[in-house]
Amino acid sequence: MKISEEQVRYVADLANLRLTDEEVARMCAELGAILTYMDKLNELDTSQVEPMAQVLYEAEETATLRDDVEGPTLGAEAALANAPLAGAGYFKVPRVIER
Amino acid sequence: MTATEIRELTIERVRQGLLSRRFSALELAQAALEFAQKENPKTNAYLHFCPERALEAARRVDAQLAAGEDPGPLAGVPVAVKDVILTRGVRTTCASRLLENYVPPYDATAVVRLEQAGGVILGKTNCDEFAMGSSNENSAFGPVRNPVAPDRVPGGSSGGSAAAVAQGTAVVALGSDTGGSIRQPASFCGVVGITPTYGRVSRYGLVAFASSLDHIGPFARNVRDAALLLQVIAGRDPMDSTSAFAPVPDYVAELSGDVRGVKVGLPREYFRDLTSETGEKIAQGVELLKRLGCEVREISLPHTEYAIACYYIICTAEASSNLARYDGVRYTRRSPHSETLSDMYRNSRGEGFGAECKRRIMLGTYVLSAGYYEAYYLKAQKVRTLIARDFTEAFREVDLIVTPVSPFPAFRLGEKIADPLAMYLSDIYTITGSLAGIPCMSVPCGRTREGLPVGMQILARHFDEAGMLRLAYAFEQAGGAEV
Repeated sequence: MKISEEQVRYVADLANLRLTDEEVARMCAELGAILTYMDKLNELDTSQVEPMAQVLYEAEETATLRDDVEGPTLGAEAALANAPLAGAGYFKVPRVIER
Repeated sequence: MTATEIRELTIERVRQGLLSRRFSALELAQAALEFAQKENPKTNAYLHFCPERALEAARRVDAQLAAGEDPGPLAGVPVAVKDVILTRGVRTTCASRLLENYVPPYDATAVVRLEQAGGVILGKTNCDEFAMGSSNENSAFGPVRNPVAPDRVPGGSSGGSAAAVAQGTAVVALGSDTGGSIRQPASFCGVVGITPTYGRVSRYGLVAFASSLDHIGPFARNVRDAALLLQVIAGRDPMDSTSAFAPVPDYVAELSGDVRGVKVGLPREYFRDLTSETGEKIAQGVELLKRLGCEVREISLPHTEYAIACYYIICTAEASSNLARYDGVRYTRRSPHSETLSDMYRNSRGEGFGAECKRRIMLGTYVLSAGYYEAYYLKAQKVRTLIARDFTEAFREVDLIVTPVSPFPAFRLGEKIADPLAMYLSDIYTITGSLAGIPCMSVPCGRTREGLPVGMQILARHFDEAGMLRLAYAFEQAGGAEV
């Protein structure tokens, strides 16, 4: 399967990933080869097969629900501690809306 | 304590040493840390050490001993933890530039449990970035060298944990496994590695890569120690809704050494093209199992050849979604060259992720994108059902399945890094069990003429870690590592 540079740029855009021109060229070749290999799955007729949505689950549906009781939470200070930019109890990001 | 003593410690030897007052937990922790720090430049197995935390844990053990309390099954045992598992107050980088300075505000459940059991965490181990890779060469902080042969890779992605245990700079270690990331490095470094049943060990605090495939599991230098560590970390955790309710048996008590009459299956699809020295070693290992009284027979897992394509669709799809959170806002490094929010996301991710992560994000985004979802992702989910069904059928005939872990022993640094598809193909024997969610492990099975370790993989029914460990223990006790 051939993947064009245009397709690579489109997917990178979906993934919010900045790629250099060199990376785009390399991705074309690598993704093309890997996706060609993946086409192997089309040898199998899976029209009668259910997709595996759950790996393993042996308990009742509600078993994982906890009681609705409040417990300790992380707290704003700890939650913000790793942010590259924070202030006044918020994460700070570059301007989104122009005045 | 001498270097040799430290290198050859087992959980039992640590226990004896503490109870006989030959050393205190604090003395052991200090000696083990000093030794590990001195030896680490040879392999780069540890990314960083946490001496304060280690000494504090050791002091706790000594206080319990002094008070006549039981300090727990891992009392004083030096442990290494893969750097994708969160440790409160101790940097957890996922071997990524993006998380270079990330200090988690909480501990993973597995970490809490091993410290409650008296374990002493020395430091965090190197791995492939976000656990994506089969050689540990995708670490942003340099590759790990195999302690058995320094020009070779230790395997991946949990290469640092495997190398630390093989090198003797930790007695046991925690790793994570998505498609073979515990078993393959264990086999390359000549140690024991266990991927438990999906859900057997809580993933709370494990940085997510592919959520339907991720596991935490133990590394050790012998089967008993691996079983003990598994015992400590296994069991239901309310903080992980995918963790299993099934009761945890006493794994160590199950290590009887008697495996007479155990039905072992050899899947013909795994041995068909296996002409290497690895194949010879596994064949010798199988002969040993026969001498121990196992009933060995050939079985078939007919969808094996589709496993790699299936796995790399599912794992990249899940990875692209899980890695979306690294956006430069909450915990990752932020690109300084951005005017707008959108630019900031794109640049932070573009500058922060390494080549393999980018490749997987791209693949995963592609297979999930409009128009391709059914052809790739949904198709792979259906094939996954067929692969899991193969195992269900096989386990009607046999109790356990034995295969190689990897088609070849540890390869040279740089040998496969230029060809991502070739690297993916090397995972052929480990990903089938991952897709089925069954327990699997690697146990040492001799060495090649060059002296490189070979690992035998044992696969079992869901939640039959006990049966799997019993076979591994009997094999080890009968000299499996020297076949």
